[in-house]
Formats: sequence, structure tokens, C-alpha cells
Amino acid sequence: MKARVFVTLRPGVLDPQGRAIHHALEGLGFDGVNDVRAGKLIELDLADGTSDEEIGEMCRKLLANTVIENFRIERDS
Amino acid sequence: MTSAVVVFPGSNCDRDLASAIKLVTGKSPKMVWHRETELPQGTDLIAIPGGFSYGDYLRSGAMAARSPIMRAVGDAAGRGVPVIGVCNGFQVLTEAGLLPGALMRNAGLHFVCRRVGLKVENSQSIFTSSYDSGEEIGVPVAHHDGNFQADADTLDRLEGDGRVAFRYTEEVNGSARSIAGILNAQGNVLGMMPHPERVVEPAHGSIDGRRLFEGLLEAVA
Repeated sequence: MKARVFVTLRPGVLDPQGRAIHHALEGLGFDGVNDVRAGKLIELDLADGTSDEEIGEMCRKLLANTVIENFRIERDS
Repeated sequence: MTSAVVVFPGSNCDRDLASAIKLVTGKSPKMVWHRETELPQGTDLIAIPGGFSYGDYLRSGAMAARSPIMRAVGDAAGRGVPVIGVCNGFQVLTEAGLLPGALMRNAGLHFVCRRVGLKVENSQSIFTSSYDSGEEIGVPVAHHDGNFQADADTLDRLEGDGRVAFRYTEEVNGSARSIAGILNAQGNVLGMMPHPERVVEPAHGSIDGRRLFEGLLEAVA
């Protein structure tokens, strides 16, 4: 079973990397970009039957730092 | 005094920290590998060094904070044993939940490596008792992820409770309210991005960091 965890900065947390990417896009002439936020995608290959709760625990304990980050789980079922 | 320096794969300031502790206390700390599950008997000071533990994978300090020795460090901190985390050590302590907030990528995106001005905000702690409150010192920083952030309530609480130990006197990395080092609620855990262990001998060009270790020795001995 595969699952994907998307880790993103919480709204309001300044994202220096997103801002740099935004500037670089503007430098390439893409002037229709309003904002850029950078995050992480973590792909998990899991034993069948792994519950959403377990994946959530993985996120809270390690994959995301919930002080500054949110996470979203997407699974192939 | 029995001190311990925790060593993770990728730590690179562990020997600097050990050397500073030996210089001031006269006794070499025990170097404790991250796979250990217990600290040496009678440890009365724990130091978490700077560096790039686990190559800063996932987030700076994230993997180190979950390594076996950190459970023992957390238990000792709970019993009141002084713990100092410098640079990556500060990142590890926040990731381990022993200090609030998080250290994010520097606002300017650059790795900052220079001596910066620090104001001693609280001289009442076991780490800062040898300084005067409001005193300005110069201590080097060398980091990419030193941008301290926490929610406004947490920042207010840190400031209101005198838990901001050091503040930058200049713009360094975008840290909220220029915070360079903080204490836990009990006052026995300090995390700071600047490296006091790099300014302890005249040959370093400054000895502004030495009094931190001298104060600790006095507090513990």
C-alpha cells in the first residue's frame, strides 16, 4: 500500500524558500505568480492495512513539525 | 562535575564544546554516542553540540531528536539536570520538545558565519549568572537554519517569564523578536544559536563565551 504525505508550512509562517522561488520565477518573466509556498512530499510504502491513525502518528511524531507545518495524507486504496 | 557531550553522526562542534568545558571545569566531559540509552552515572551537565546531525535530513535536528539517547536527556532535563544546546543542539532541543518554537531557514537564505552582537536579557539563569543583565557580548554564529519562530502567545510568554536568555543586537537571520537563545520553563535547559564555546580563550580573539561555562560550573558544583 502506498501513501503520500504532503508537508506544508502553516499559513502565516514566513517561507523564505518560497519567496526566493517566487523571485526567480519573476526573473524568468513569469509575472502572473501571486505567491509561492514550498513544501515536501514524502512517499511511504506501507504494510497493507496500515490505518490512517498510524500514518497520522508518523506525521505528528516525525514527518512534520506541527509547530510550523501542516500535513495532509493521500493514500492509494 | 560530571558532564556529557552527546555526539550524533554529523556533529562537528562536539570537540570544541568538550574543550571549552574541560578548560573551565578542569575535567573532560564524557562523549556519549547517540545510540546509547543511558547517560554516564552522575551526569550533572549535558551539552548538545552544533553541527549537521544526520545531514540536516528532513529538518535540522529532527532525526537526532528521535535518537535513543534523547529519551535519557529528556528524563534528566525533567529531573533538573542542566542541558545546553548550541546551534544544531538548539534545533535538536526544539525538535525534541524540550524547548518551544522552531528554527527555520534564515530569512536571507544565506548561511551566516560571523561574530554577532548579543544582549544578555536575563542574568538570573544558571547559564547567564556571570553576566550582567543588559550586557552586550560578541559571539560567533555559523548556521543556515537559525530563524527562531513561535506563535505570538509563546513569544509573549517567553518574554514575560524572562525566558529569553540572549537577543541579537543586529539583524542576523530573521528570528522573531531577535531571539538568539531561550530557556525552558524550569530554567535548566538553554538553547542558543551562537557558539559560546568558540570564544573561551584569548587565542580565539575574545573570551565572551567563557563566563557562560564558569557560571554553570558555579551553579552545578
